[in-house]
Amino acid sequence: MNPSLTFKSGVRDVLPTVFGYIGVGLAFGIVAHTSHLSLLVVAGMSFIVYAGSAQFIITSMLLLHDPLSGIFISTFLVNSRMILMSTSLAQYFRHESLFKNLLIGSLVTDETFALAMNKQNKTKGKLSFAWQSGANLVAYLVWGVATVIGAMLGGLIADPTRFGFDFALTAMFIGLVYLQLISDRHLGISLQLYVMAFVALVYYLAIGVMSQNFALLAATVAGCLFGMGMKKWR
Amino acid sequence: MAISLTELWVILGCGAITVLSRALPFVFVKQMTMPSWLIDFLTFVPITIMTALCCQSLFVANPGHWATLNVANCLAAIPATLAGVLTKSLLMVVVIGIMAMAVLRYFSIGG
Repeated sequence: MNPSLTFKSGVRDVLPTVFGYIGVGLAFGIVAHTSHLSLLVVAGMSFIVYAGSAQFIITSMLLLHDPLSGIFISTFLVNSRMILMSTSLAQYFRHESLFKNLLIGSLVTDETFALAMNKQNKTKGKLSFAWQSGANLVAYLVWGVATVIGAMLGGLIADPTRFGFDFALTAMFIGLVYLQLISDRHLGISLQLYVMAFVALVYYLAIGVMSQNFALLAATVAGCLFGMGMKKWR
Repeated sequence: MAISLTELWVILGCGAITVLSRALPFVFVKQMTMPSWLIDFLTFVPITIMTALCCQSLFVANPGHWATLNVANCLAAIPATLAGVLTKSLLMVVVIGIMAMAVLRYFSIGG
């Protein structure tokens, strides 16, 4: 990753994460196919809802004939981490117009957020509309197309996990968290390691008593407060 | 190519929910000056949320009991992390991670 902030470098920087999108996208398409969702519904979910893990949950709730309200609440909870990520990312785009902010905001994902945070470590804290849009658009199109292809292949590939593609997403987050750790000079490595250990501990304790999505939020918020405290008092 | 009324409502409703939770913060942040404690809080969001997302794949929840490790994911995470330390390349972490998982699955290691 170099400091260039053009549309083209956004497209280039997002390419490594595309593996994750293809692997999980195909998996979602296959799951949707076996849950009897049509291609139109799969495409509608990926291009309009565009919510990764929430799409799996929506699919299973549709299959169980859960009420609309339940599906809406689950979607909000699973995606509520986006509020934190968007608030964090938006600070880099305050100088851009409201319209451009809305365009960036409506296509942010876990992956493009994490990528942007790594990028700004290399650009002295700067991001651009062109760079972010390049990354966002590639991610959006690859996800949508991969899920539709997955739904079409549905009957043919019995087990996409055999080739390890389901691990692409986890590997990507491992890579992103490592790059974040070594390149965020503002916070420094030791403080970040303490915060990471604290987040892992809170998450581990929390999933025993609450859903994974609540645990994710609880660990994130607790980790931020812990980090603030450590920075202030050590 | 069929879509039921329920499916249509789900797509439109959930679409509105996800777009709003993504885009509205951009509007607020642009319009308001953020207090310094909030900015301080948000500087920790990247590292905490990425760590929590990793934990989500490394731990298995057993409601009401202690969580356990996802052994296959934890094992594949070792070469993936090493690839990151050695190459500092996101692409290499992903490629090595997938290959490691394919090998684990081939030998049925870690479930």
